[in-house]
Amino acid sequence: MAETVTLGKALNHGLRRALENDPKVIIMGEDVGKLGGVFRITDGLQKDFGEDRVIDTPLAESGIVGTAIGLAIRGYRPVCEIQFDGFVFPAFNQIVAQVSKMFYRSLGNVRLPIVIRIPYGGGIGAVEHHSESPEAYFSHTPGLKVVTCANPADAYHMIQQAISSDDPILFFEPKRRYWEKGPVELDAAPDFPLHASRLIREGTDATVLAYGPMVRTALDAASAATDDGRELEVIDLRTLSPLDMGRVYESVRKTGRCVVVHEGPGNLGLGAEIAARVTEECFYSLEAPVLRVTGFDVPYPAARVEEDYLPDLDRVLDAVDRTFGW
Amino acid sequence: MANGESEPGTDVPAGGFVQLLTPEGERVDSVTTADGVTYSVDFTDDEYRELYRDLVTVRRLDAEATALQRQGELGIWASLLGQEAAQVGSGRAMRPQDMAFPTYREHGVLYTRGIDPIMPFGLFRGVDQGGWDPVKFKFNTYTIVIGAQTLHATGYAMGITMDGKTGNADGEAVIAYFGDGATSQGDVNEAFVWSGVFHAPIVFFCQNNQYAISEPLERQTRIPLYRRAAGYGFPGVRIDGNDVLASFAVTRAALDQARQGQGPTLIEAYTYRMGAHTSSDDPTRYRIASEVESWKAKDPIARVKAFLVKQQIADDTFFGEVDDSARDLALHLRERVLAMPDPEPISMFDNVYPNGSPEVDAQREQFAAYQASFEGSVH
Repeated sequence: MAETVTLGKALNHGLRRALENDPKVIIMGEDVGKLGGVFRITDGLQKDFGEDRVIDTPLAESGIVGTAIGLAIRGYRPVCEIQFDGFVFPAFNQIVAQVSKMFYRSLGNVRLPIVIRIPYGGGIGAVEHHSESPEAYFSHTPGLKVVTCANPADAYHMIQQAISSDDPILFFEPKRRYWEKGPVELDAAPDFPLHASRLIREGTDATVLAYGPMVRTALDAASAATDDGRELEVIDLRTLSPLDMGRVYESVRKTGRCVVVHEGPGNLGLGAEIAARVTEECFYSLEAPVLRVTGFDVPYPAARVEEDYLPDLDRVLDAVDRTFGW
Repeated sequence: MANGESEPGTDVPAGGFVQLLTPEGERVDSVTTADGVTYSVDFTDDEYRELYRDLVTVRRLDAEATALQRQGELGIWASLLGQEAAQVGSGRAMRPQDMAFPTYREHGVLYTRGIDPIMPFGLFRGVDQGGWDPVKFKFNTYTIVIGAQTLHATGYAMGITMDGKTGNADGEAVIAYFGDGATSQGDVNEAFVWSGVFHAPIVFFCQNNQYAISEPLERQTRIPLYRRAAGYGFPGVRIDGNDVLASFAVTRAALDQARQGQGPTLIEAYTYRMGAHTSSDDPTRYRIASEVESWKAKDPIARVKAFLVKQQIADDTFFGEVDDSARDLALHLRERVLAMPDPEPISMFDNVYPNGSPEVDAQREQFAAYQASFEGSVH
């Protein structure tokens, strides 16, 4: 029986389930205990699982990830919360130089089953450092896996799958979608792989690829496109490293057109890699170049203009139009 | 004398340090610090002789590694020359259940853990990245980014507490190694904060060898490093890092405190890097010969030898035998290093992820096919 819950609450349920299922799972971060996190994703967990398993840490991101490494060597499965996207950078070295390389360095002897949760993306009217999309930095780093959820059901299952995986995983949460509701089968086991993209709307005229907060935007654009008589196929990428491109190629070979959408800056973003791969694999099927709809190559702007920075329905449709103009 | 303090004008740093064996080989029975803690050792003659053997052996192995590097057999070597006492003393102070988190210079600690000295040579020869099983050996992989391992050590120590493995004599403890330069790193300061806050069973063992490559201690700190501990809420002790007895006594006491649940300690081992930072470095550009000479007089091995002779614990037959067996071990090590096979290029795709990755798998296949395309061709 599916319950209707918000994406944030689905994550909370998923974390609770992970804590129940494995005594080695611990949660650590700033304000995750009594407060339940600034977004309340860990609400109530410390009360039920104790201060040793839901740990309010000192205010030091490198420390959160660095000590998680030691705890993982000791046999724990730490789930680290980075409070906001723009605060992950003090931990950058520990993530890209240590977490990512320990398995490789140790010739496979050290597994670091660490999940690093990062609320990311804009659209919440915040000040600097609270609206960024740093997923490309981590996707560029071998040894890390990167995933992102876009709806409550995926949030619930993917967080549990990420925690039970022995790979180190960056788990990006679309913070502006925390309050969006959807059905979740709380008693069901995950029925879809963690590292797989998913076709979420079938169409024939163009393929739109999106992930995280932009999935909703892509679906809205697809709905609007029907007014122009166009059927857009939408794929939720879900896994950013590794990318799961098989489904994408299949779709593009069918539609002949491809638009990639993400909030982060376009320059060397996920869209660039995806466009390169689609071009390589679907060259003879393409009717137009792969187009990108992304944040601009500027620092994330002030909140009053962020709606103009963020890709929206109109920009997605504009790009689709342009693929038809080639 | 409080904190082993000596009179100004001697070679003891202001504020003193714990010293149980003078550079002349005189034993100091015990030292009581300003904090009221008394340090001493109670070794049998055999144990003194074995400490001497350790010191000579790790120096000899280190010399062999330096030679191998000069002969082009190692890409680089980070010599421990001058720091033997700090490493052997603290390494021997560990109990079997204790866990060490080294930098890339702790070959002496590695040796005292009973680990095959060949282990780090894969890293320095360039045939791997320094891989072994840290849990099996209770000795983490070498960490090259300065100070990063102190946080790993802290997390591991927190795990010990969470496992309920402190509070008695059989408890576990962690020792984190780092240098004077590392104390400027944010990670080391975060490790201090976390260890203090979580009362972690950890000993921070700082080998202050006076230089971070070319930069002298004055570029890292305005106060003696051991005094920083007070700001984080745990004790700091400075030892004569060239005195293996002080290194043993203070580290043993600090580890035992930690395993009992008494929290962290910072030990500053005041020593000197007699050689270059690594084989790629030229220390004559930034320090004067007379300084190096003055530290030669405080050599960590010569003082133990002097002590053994004075106490008639060992004679020339023993010293000759130790030298011979250290040389044999070094030559054997050399042979084994030279016999290390280069890895197969395709192995670079191994161990990227525990669960693998289709992207890495695809690249491995492409690479294999590319390599196969040269088969049978003549260059």
